[in-house]
Amino acid sequence: MTTTSDYSLTWDLLADLQLLLRFHFMQNAFVVGTLVAILAGAVGYFVVLRGQSFVAHMLSQVGFPGAAAAVLLHFPPVIGLAAFCTAGALAVGVVGRRLDAGNRMESAVVASVLAFSLGLGLLFFRLYAGSAQAVYAFLFGTILGITDRDVAVTVVTTVVCLVALAAIARPLVFASVDPDVAEARGVPVRAISIAFLLVAALATGTVSAFPTALEDRFHQSYRAHLAPGLGDILKLRAPGLLGSKSTPSPEKH
Amino acid sequence: MRHSVAEPESSERAGPLAEEAVGLERAGVTLGGRFVWRGVDLTVKTGEFVAILGPNGAGKSTLLKALLGVVPLAEGQARIFGKPVRRGNDEVGYLPQRRRFDPDLRIRAVDLVRLGLDGARWGVPLPSWLAGSRTKSQQVHSVIHLVGADEYAHRPIGELSGGEQQRVLIAQALVTGARMLALDEPLDSLDLSNQQSISALVRDICQQQGVTVLLVAHDVNPILPFIDRVVYAANGRVVSGRPEDVIQTETLSRLYGAPVEVLRTSDGRVVVVGQHEPVTYHTHDHDV
Repeated sequence: MTTTSDYSLTWDLLADLQLLLRFHFMQNAFVVGTLVAILAGAVGYFVVLRGQSFVAHMLSQVGFPGAAAAVLLHFPPVIGLAAFCTAGALAVGVVGRRLDAGNRMESAVVASVLAFSLGLGLLFFRLYAGSAQAVYAFLFGTILGITDRDVAVTVVTTVVCLVALAAIARPLVFASVDPDVAEARGVPVRAISIAFLLVAALATGTVSAFPTALEDRFHQSYRAHLAPGLGDILKLRAPGLLGSKSTPSPEKH
Repeated sequence: MRHSVAEPESSERAGPLAEEAVGLERAGVTLGGRFVWRGVDLTVKTGEFVAILGPNGAGKSTLLKALLGVVPLAEGQARIFGKPVRRGNDEVGYLPQRRRFDPDLRIRAVDLVRLGLDGARWGVPLPSWLAGSRTKSQQVHSVIHLVGADEYAHRPIGELSGGEQQRVLIAQALVTGARMLALDEPLDSLDLSNQQSISALVRDICQQQGVTVLLVAHDVNPILPFIDRVVYAANGRVVSGRPEDVIQTETLSRLYGAPVEVLRTSDGRVVVVGQHEPVTYHTHDHDV
């Protein structure tokens, strides 16, 4: 079995980088990491602007029962993930954000959906008798185990999310900053907010598929202050990966 | 069915040829299944400065929202400049009743004004050097200049004081070339000097630009010298007329269906006493 010591790092950074990028799984990790960083930065900006970090947190959690349900029904976990994230986004968008009720209603819906989905997740997990490898992979997956198919899925969702976000960006900013005036000016405030939640659901679903490396990145993006977060994420991602590769992993010997 | 109590239609400033800015005919609005007000007839002529007064919950904001097309009428008709009300009408600028902007909101005042112009259009808001449309940024800068907000136009809106934010928002309401301003409590939560300067600004916009102004106010006194007409909402009904005809003991008592007294102080301020909730905050320790 190969261990990390066979590829020990030197102080020649360029050589180290070339060494790392020789591995296909590292290339995949870098590609997906970069895509997700860009996506999280763009979506995270609006999440902060709209004060919806609780919703984003929820979206990243409802994927779990989705993946578990898909495994139970012998579908690919990604489908369950997408279905549950979309359903969660619709629940919050349709019920949660009544124009005059403000954020309280939304928080209540988010909390209910969170508790409900956690319960569902455990239920599906229990119902599935076999070893739920896919669910474990979903819960404790690793960015270094990304397949070419995962890369393709990430490329497609990133492009779809960014294009959708670009299309609604201006009215979304207006509706987020100044909802009353936006409504009077003819912005479909309600529809825009649901559209944004669907984009966020798709983005979070992608991000959730690679939890260990990416979920924290996604959370950071909206805790960090708005747009400057994007640059930080891009800067921090590569050293993080390099560092993880140079640290001996707790492998069996 | 309820009717308007009094309709003393008279206006000395607007001539007989003056165009109708607002026309409500037997209008009524329901919220949650009950009428907020109904049977409302109201005509406002172009260039008039109208104060909308009344206690909380009387439907003052709803009246503005009905004219903006945001709240649909349950019955009757509403016209703005002769056309049926609709959302996204460039002829009407709106300043909603609001909390102040979050102090860490990183949107510049000038961008907020710009959103008033093209915020409803799809796409990405580009920085000005990329967007390339000169006329639009000129439009934005001319209204910012008009309200006297040049100095802080490029600072984040959240950093501005209440009075400064209000000026920027008035610019935003005007930026489409609006001929009518619907202002919902623009003087609320401002200190006295800002109340005076903002109401003077609105008066200037009304008199110099010929913009029709509908201004919802809790306290009529800061704007009393400027207003041509008062619309008073209470008790599911709406009365309109000249300030001296409406803000008087008899009319308001009839409107409320309860004894109400209007007092005038020596410096010309008016105080309405005896209602559930005072229209002004001044001198109000006893009920009549």
